[in-house]
Amino acid sequence: MSSLPLDINYKYCKACGICYDLCPKKAVSGDDQGKIVLRNPQLCVKCGICESHCPDYVIFLRR
Amino acid sequence: MSPKARLIQGNRACAEGAIAAGVRFFAGYPITPSTEIAEIMSEELPKLSGKFIQMEDEIASMSCIIGASLTGKKVLTASSGPGISLKQEAIGYACMTETPCVIVNVQRLGPSTGGPTSSAQGDIMQARWGTHGDHPIIALCPSSVYECFTLTITAVNFAEKYRTPVYVMLDEIVGHMREKVVLPDADEIEVIDRKRPTCPPEEYKPYQIGESLIPAMADYGTGYKWHVTGLFHDETGFPSGNPQVIDAQFKRLMAKFKKYEDEILLWEETETKDAEILLVAYGSTARSALEAVNILRTEGIKAGLFRPITIWPFPEKVLKTLAGKVKKIIVPEMNYGQLFLEVERVCKDKTQVSGLFKVDSLPIAPDEITAKVREVL
Amino acid sequence: MRPELQKLFRMEKLPHIWCPGCGHGIITRAIGEAIAESDINLDKTVIVSGIGCSSRAPGYMNFDTLHTLHGRALAFATGVKLANPELNVFVITGDGDATAIGGNHFIHAARRNIDLNVILFNNNIYGMTGGQYSPLTPTGKMASTSPYGNPENNFDIPALAIAAGASYVARGTAFHDKLLIECIKEGIKNKGFSLIEAMSMCPTSYGRRNKMGNAADMLNDLKRIAVNINVAKKLPPEKLEGKFLIGKLHHKPYPEFTQEYDKLILKLQKGAE
Repeated sequence: MSSLPLDINYKYCKACGICYDLCPKKAVSGDDQGKIVLRNPQLCVKCGICESHCPDYVIFLRR
Repeated sequence: MSPKARLIQGNRACAEGAIAAGVRFFAGYPITPSTEIAEIMSEELPKLSGKFIQMEDEIASMSCIIGASLTGKKVLTASSGPGISLKQEAIGYACMTETPCVIVNVQRLGPSTGGPTSSAQGDIMQARWGTHGDHPIIALCPSSVYECFTLTITAVNFAEKYRTPVYVMLDEIVGHMREKVVLPDADEIEVIDRKRPTCPPEEYKPYQIGESLIPAMADYGTGYKWHVTGLFHDETGFPSGNPQVIDAQFKRLMAKFKKYEDEILLWEETETKDAEILLVAYGSTARSALEAVNILRTEGIKAGLFRPITIWPFPEKVLKTLAGKVKKIIVPEMNYGQLFLEVERVCKDKTQVSGLFKVDSLPIAPDEITAKVREVL
Repeated sequence: MRPELQKLFRMEKLPHIWCPGCGHGIITRAIGEAIAESDINLDKTVIVSGIGCSSRAPGYMNFDTLHTLHGRALAFATGVKLANPELNVFVITGDGDATAIGGNHFIHAARRNIDLNVILFNNNIYGMTGGQYSPLTPTGKMASTSPYGNPENNFDIPALAIAAGASYVARGTAFHDKLLIECIKEGIKNKGFSLIEAMSMCPTSYGRRNKMGNAADMLNDLKRIAVNINVAKKLPPEKLEGKFLIGKLHHKPYPEFTQEYDKLILKLQKGAE
């Protein structure tokens, strides 16, 4: 069982960038393709803004 | 006079036939000369826990009955000329999604607003090809008030059994004509319900290519949670752009009518056994043609009548056989030769086919037909 | 997506067809959340749509779903609901679908106050055909068929729905998803015609042409321009210029069409006894 705050279904990500533009703590960012990467999990405050605004249902916030 | 004998209009017989067949949902829009059907349904359906709705337009009426059919109800709409033109897009949707529904077209003189109170048979090709794209269709054509009743029942049964839209092609004369009829009791009427799935929802395939070619249809709200779309779809009902899937589904759609042709094709023959002159006529024109046959027979002219009751698909095999036995075929029609094209296609290698076409708002009289027969003899 | 919500979706159909950054996915999820949080029978729930980008949403949702003709979703949905009033019927439609080709059905469904929950995905553009202006494209905005700026006026859809007879009208946005979920839930509770205008965004066909930045910029625009109606009540009119209101805009319950029809049936049957 992962201890990361987010589960990410990377293959559905379309690299729109909403998650990392909205993330207040910059816990997620874009990789070289612009797709989501959880670069700084320790910064995540589990606000859920990325999960609820991901148009592609890529992100699952562990509650 | 029998106690059950009544003097009623074709449009009423049509509405009562629909109810007898189990139709419990009607959506329509006022238009001459079919409005009586809507009026009767608005009065009768709520008494039977059925539903009537007058929609905002013809497109909505057609769409509305398709929605209602998906909940498992038997459904009907009725219209004429311009209204039938407006319904075409949704009729195509019913073809594509294989949703049972019946469309009554009380034909009036067209095109456009044309002659709202005048009779015509100008929508024969529209019934066949009115909506875009290849599609099979069934169209039935009554000639009498009694047949308006029985054929509407047949239309509802066909729609349910074969999962298809079915037209009932009245014309203004048949729709507004009053005749004495003794309608059958409910226990004398065969009523067919659509096949519903018996498998568990997770195994359900709404467009399965099975042996019957007619997949079972689940009522909305019964847990099958299926998807209906006007896009080409695979057997699960979901859109597919795969050429093989499109081909297989299209072929099933077309083959299903071929498979049940013996049940779908209806016709009537009068004095055809020794006929040398064959009249091919349908709807109200067949009444004049029948009288013409009687007149011609008294004159010693061996005339007969072939009356297609199912006009789409066209009963071509039986007509082709007849064509081989007669000297001439004449097709009287209240249009400029629509079913004539079909008769000519089928019979031209066997015999000479000519038409008697009339589009002036008046019916074709028997003596016009007899005159034509004498002319070609 | 959380597992409880996954049950309401056809997960095997994902990823969906929408472009990167399209707001429709956010709104579709909000509909799922609202259904999940409402006490309705999922087996007796039907989702109807028309044609266009938004109308692809029901294909991803695990209900009886009906993807109909362009503009006609409300007419099909009227048939479904009237034929079987125990069904919960949702309609997903777009700005072109509902207000141009389907405009007539829109006002008449509202007039009947038939119990439909309509979620209108407004991205201000015809997306699927490549970005033509719709009746909800603001005046002056660029579209592939308004290369000099949209010369027409746009509808105020909530005002139109209220005037036509809708008993519940609300607006949410792809940014204000929690408010949107609440609005949809209230719409579900309302016995009658409920219209929820969900402001979406189309970075591909609308944002790009109108230099609105990326998807996140467009989401932030929605955040910036939207004013909650409860806040707006306290603001002077000049503070509301160029803004739009979100939240519950109208709620006035009155007799619902299919219930009234059922009463008629009862009355006729009692009369016949």
